[in-house]
Amino acid sequence: MLIFDRSRPGRAALAQLLPETAESPLIPGHLLRNTPPALPEVSELDAVRHYTRLSQQNYAIDTQFYPLGSCTMKYNPKACHDLASLPGFLDTHPLGLERAGQGTLACLYELQEMLREITGMAGVSLACAAGAQGEFAGVAMIRAYHLSRGDSARTEMLVPDAAHGTNPASATMGGFRVREIATDSDGNVDLAALDQAVGPQTAGIMLTNPSTLGVFDQHIQAIADVVHKAGGLLYYDGANLNAIAGKVRPGDMGFDVIHLNLHKTFSTPHGGGGPGAGPVGVDHKLLPFLPLPVIVADGARYRMLTESEQPQSIGHLVTFAGNVGVLLRAYIYIRMLGRAGLERVAEFSTLNANYLLRKLVENGFEPAFPQRRAAHEFIITLKRLAKERHVTALDFAKRLLDYGVHAPTVYFPLLIPECFLIEPTETESKETLDAFIQVMAAILQEAETEPDRVKSAPHSLPVRRLDEVRAARHPDLAYRSE
Amino acid sequence: MPFIPHTEDDIREMLAALGTASIGVLFDEIPASLRCRPLDLPPALKEMEVARLMHARAGQNRPLLCFAGAGAYEHHVPAAVWAVAGRGEFYSAYTPYQAEASQGTLHVLYEYQSMMASLTALDVSNASLYDGATSLAEAVLMAVRTNRKSHSRRILMPKTVHPFYRRVVETIVGSQALELIELPYDLETGRIDPAALETHSGTDVAALVIPQINFFGVLEAVDELTDWAAANGAIAIALVNPMALAVLKPPGEWGREGADIACGDGQPLGIPLSGGGPYFGFMCCRKAHLHQLPGRLVGRTVDVDGKPGFTLTLQAREQHIRRGRATSNICTNQGLMVTAATIYMALLGPEGLRRVALQSHRNTVSLMQGLAGIEGVDRVFAGPFFHEAVIRTRRPAREIMDGLAERGILGGYELTREYPELGEAILVCVTETRTREDIESYLCEIASLLGHD
Repeated sequence: MLIFDRSRPGRAALAQLLPETAESPLIPGHLLRNTPPALPEVSELDAVRHYTRLSQQNYAIDTQFYPLGSCTMKYNPKACHDLASLPGFLDTHPLGLERAGQGTLACLYELQEMLREITGMAGVSLACAAGAQGEFAGVAMIRAYHLSRGDSARTEMLVPDAAHGTNPASATMGGFRVREIATDSDGNVDLAALDQAVGPQTAGIMLTNPSTLGVFDQHIQAIADVVHKAGGLLYYDGANLNAIAGKVRPGDMGFDVIHLNLHKTFSTPHGGGGPGAGPVGVDHKLLPFLPLPVIVADGARYRMLTESEQPQSIGHLVTFAGNVGVLLRAYIYIRMLGRAGLERVAEFSTLNANYLLRKLVENGFEPAFPQRRAAHEFIITLKRLAKERHVTALDFAKRLLDYGVHAPTVYFPLLIPECFLIEPTETESKETLDAFIQVMAAILQEAETEPDRVKSAPHSLPVRRLDEVRAARHPDLAYRSE
Repeated sequence: MPFIPHTEDDIREMLAALGTASIGVLFDEIPASLRCRPLDLPPALKEMEVARLMHARAGQNRPLLCFAGAGAYEHHVPAAVWAVAGRGEFYSAYTPYQAEASQGTLHVLYEYQSMMASLTALDVSNASLYDGATSLAEAVLMAVRTNRKSHSRRILMPKTVHPFYRRVVETIVGSQALELIELPYDLETGRIDPAALETHSGTDVAALVIPQINFFGVLEAVDELTDWAAANGAIAIALVNPMALAVLKPPGEWGREGADIACGDGQPLGIPLSGGGPYFGFMCCRKAHLHQLPGRLVGRTVDVDGKPGFTLTLQAREQHIRRGRATSNICTNQGLMVTAATIYMALLGPEGLRRVALQSHRNTVSLMQGLAGIEGVDRVFAGPFFHEAVIRTRRPAREIMDGLAERGILGGYELTREYPELGEAILVCVTETRTREDIESYLCEIASLLGHD
């Protein structure tokens, strides 16, 4: 039932209702609204019950195992949320940040410096509102760098075919032509294909390491050499930093520009699709181009760099200082983990992934790259099941929902047929992993013996398989009262 | 180990299953030459230690009585909003890619889209962008994609649009060969200068941005501006404050045909100030332009039994399908903020929202009436204002702002840098959260700063 169906004319959540105020004579009549917006008229209890009930129709980290590859769905410590929500942080107006928000700025400055250390970059800006915006900022800095050297011929961005879909989209938004690079049979970037693709038109290459295939590209130094020799730059998509935090730094691998997804590695909540935060980092030669604001310490006082102090900056990407509330959560998280804790993130996410991969293989699942170790995630392929039993990865995923497990990623990487990109993260226990293995084995058995049961899943959720074709052909995107 | 559940036994058994001696061995595919030294990070803090640190840091923030707006507004947020939006089932869920396991989030997003479409009087709404400035940048890009009649990539961008928004638009569309043409304002009224607009009549313009309320708090002549856009084959982009739309004419009803796209910042709808973010951007448009709308969309459909349900839809516009040819690169956006805004709008209803908007307006009128009686302060523009207005002071704006801050007041936003032609000007905002005493206190302190003790 929609909240609009609960609406009764004249009902209101009175706790909030201000006294009646007459229309102002100062606002000309022709600029006024004639009919009120169709918002619901409900009591506070109506609204609380309605939305609480809806919350219960969600899978979430707080209630379910969520092995959604590349999204790093790990536990979000409650202290991070609680402490970032202190009134002193929440009540500060963005225009009063330098004057009255020194406590916030101190945290942000220290976060900037810690991320610099973790990534091995020369400078960091916290401005970007999400990973994809970080990607755009990175691409824009690469463009600004080449143009600042009078090199306007670099019109192409190389993107491995395994890359996140946002990479080519961001490169296009940044004004580049995208050239895809193939992957070799080991899951690494195909060096021969790369050699063929680079040239004086190459602005850079965007990749993540470990890749979305769940493997660490062992040729990263060779890739860096080839691209750098051709005059291009290396862009690091930080979506998979969880796998290597404290072990190897993007800066040490030769990357010139990076972004981080704080809602992944640094455990800020995903919120049903945001807010995220996507800080960017650069090496020395790109420092002048960092997006604003960048926070600096003048003695004991913190302030933001002005445009005149950073005249070559690519500019501002959001209205104010970025997703400050998300940044505070990441700051608190890193302070609670410290150096040793951060390295443990990589160690235990990797241990969990490799254990899970091994056990799934023992139970009859086929790995996409049997010769490789898993980083913090890995791919199994269900192509045999699809061929022999007509049970697809999507069917299998839906059946997992019946068992109370959120499905792994099935919609990419596009180059592996019927793929399951699985990422357990470091915060899941061995018992959870073992239970998941049993569920996977049980569904595999079902797929062999009663495939229709799997193909018609889910059976136990609020709704069964939804008609997505109808949703797209006859878009119903808003409630209409008539 | 914080947040890692493994016991010594677990680790032993897992390594045995893998046939490896230590966890370190699992990193043997990383070339040894790349391995880093131990990170130089502070040691771990226990929860009670980090709590003490963060309480101290929050305490270093000095609470100021807020009379600043300029794109971020202090409104009262009913406790129920975040008590429900903050539930782990909303807070710690991912993007609703598995629709059957995400009906809660999808249902909320559908209700949100319905509320925003009604508030703007347009057909459809997306399920959020990052913030107001990025929503305007995306609207500009969408307008260029949409406008088949125009061969130009020229956008008329009034100077009455928030200067922070304009600089973000420049950053984002900068590499796409668009031309942003600044449209001056009338110094008397604080509105887009109609004569300046007229000079573009008959030229090929892709879009006109129409801010309502504009950055000076002044109401623009939206009907005439929208009609001008229609007559000149330009897409009309409405940049609006969603709170004010409870009182002001919605973009879908502007002029003879209505605006084509509406966008703006959703922060006034239940989102805390939080030092500048996270907020959320919204965007609504006509059905005809649906396929050019960036960002996520939730649709209502049925399951195999015919039972109604919700799913992400028209994903072919998005980057995980279309990669380099997507309408935008936006992926993770501001889902939780939208959840909060939906609950906020449900709690206030049409009448509650109207009263918040009107009370903010009346409080601003009171402040302006009070300021009119103080020598050395003038209102700058003659046009009707909503809940913000520009004042000019005899003393430098910086000194007034510093003086007010010393007295515990955030006095507004200094306009001297972006609008030097206005002199010592400050943009002041009053919302429903300011009491009569607060307003008295502002008047009293500014009078004293101007030497009327």
